[in-house]
Amino acid sequence: MSEKILMKGNEAIAYGAIRCGCDGYFGYPITPQSEIMETLMELQPWESTGMVVLQAESETASINMLYGGAATGKKVMTSSSSPGISLMCEGLSYLAGAELPCLVVNVMRGGPGLGTIQPSQADYFQCVKGGGHGDYRMIVLAPASVQEMYDFVDKAFSLAFKYRIPAMILADGVIGQMMEKVELRAPKPRRSEEQIERECGSWATTGKKPDRERNVITSLALDAPVQEQFNIKLINKHKAIEENEVLYSTYMTDDAEYLIIAYGSMSRIAEAVIDMARSEGYKLGLLRPITLFPFPKKAIDAFTDRVKSILTIELNAGQMVEDVRLVVNGRIPVNFYGRYGGMVPSPDEILTEFKKSIK
Amino acid sequence: MKEEIIIAGFGGQGVLSMGKILAYSGIMQDKEVTWMPSYGPEMRGGTANVTVIISDNKISSPVLAKFDTAIILNQQSMDKFEHAVKSGGLLIYDPNGITRHPARRDITVCAIEAADESAKLGNAKTYNMIVMGAFLKMKPILSMENIIKGLKKSIPERNHHLINANEQAIGTGMDKVKILNKI
Repeated sequence: MSEKILMKGNEAIAYGAIRCGCDGYFGYPITPQSEIMETLMELQPWESTGMVVLQAESETASINMLYGGAATGKKVMTSSSSPGISLMCEGLSYLAGAELPCLVVNVMRGGPGLGTIQPSQADYFQCVKGGGHGDYRMIVLAPASVQEMYDFVDKAFSLAFKYRIPAMILADGVIGQMMEKVELRAPKPRRSEEQIERECGSWATTGKKPDRERNVITSLALDAPVQEQFNIKLINKHKAIEENEVLYSTYMTDDAEYLIIAYGSMSRIAEAVIDMARSEGYKLGLLRPITLFPFPKKAIDAFTDRVKSILTIELNAGQMVEDVRLVVNGRIPVNFYGRYGGMVPSPDEILTEFKKSIK
Repeated sequence: MKEEIIIAGFGGQGVLSMGKILAYSGIMQDKEVTWMPSYGPEMRGGTANVTVIISDNKISSPVLAKFDTAIILNQQSMDKFEHAVKSGGLLIYDPNGITRHPARRDITVCAIEAADESAKLGNAKTYNMIVMGAFLKMKPILSMENIIKGLKKSIPERNHHLINANEQAIGTGMDKVKILNKI
């Protein structure tokens, strides 16, 4: 059995990045995710795997460094928290427009504006629907444990390269700051230049070869019909992702009459609510979306035929609930409970809200 | 076994590191653990708290409103957490600096004069281990062997010469804890 280490979610991102053969991290500190870069600096992967770790002068610089690194086919990542992600949104749109694979970690805090440093899920709209301008999506993974923070780094990179699309790990202050045990996986070496050429040579700027045209990375297409063809390509890519990459988990749903839908830290709190409700005789189950894009529409649709009502709980004023309601389409009641501004509800508080919602 | 603990006091008393040592010792004893700190403005204002859960089974919520045990090391934390102990639970506090002592009769209340005892040991930094010893005396959920392993994992190697002093402090806490209300 491999060694189990007690670490914070943020530290797990750093360990996960080095372990999966990440080539470069570019970031700028912000609470509650500063331990990601701190841990990378402490572990000094440039001495072991050769991974670059760089503190940029700003979030805007970080995301554009990502554009440069991703354009050469390297596995590059950054991380920030809500206000920093807002600054990165222009770059994210360009990365999506240039079809560049990369990883962005958002450890959400309360907003709007500078807001608070406490946990929040108020960036769901921003991250799941795009954030920057133009018609694009990112693959969005929502970890609910420190182990998943570690494991999802590799998963996110795999998906990003499979579809040539930016991927995001969307966590919050609870998942970033809490410590749990993490089982470390066998390390994957960084890819050699030859491997990168083999895998990404058809598009990446790896240097012109005699047997092919030069690769150009751009998100500019002044000609409207050309741009439309590109948009259609993106739409098809998004469809393929929705068809093939949906991830979700369920808890106590076999005989459920009522369903809670929650992701990330709130799904952990919801599990405790389920146990409490069950001990009082309520047949309550949990559906936890693991990917927020693609959203588990089919699973929610199937539950709509089986349960009496749904309660969506989030650390925001009601964002994912809109996607739940689109799937349910008025067939059964979809209720919502949220806390805002960095406040995190206790299981007792949510249980009370659940009972109110089914009266 | 499932033990849900809140440890609360001033920054610098070793609240977060005591929680980390308990959690790491739990891992050494093959338990599931979570450690959830306060990291907000309250921390910057001087008070710190951490929720530690040690369990035989997978842990759901790392955030709780009620606790099996509250370890309380200043008055602000007493005001905030005395009533967050489950009925039948345990409250341990250091009376030093406490102006309003716990009034509940439906829980076990213990005092540990950790500030005085750490002064007697000649090392103020052993304060949190004295408090932890008091807790482990009242709730012997972890073996001493695994606690020493947890200490070694939590403390940087350059400070491993202090393990003995910490072990001694844990013993002091176990000896000196006073039961004020027993249920």
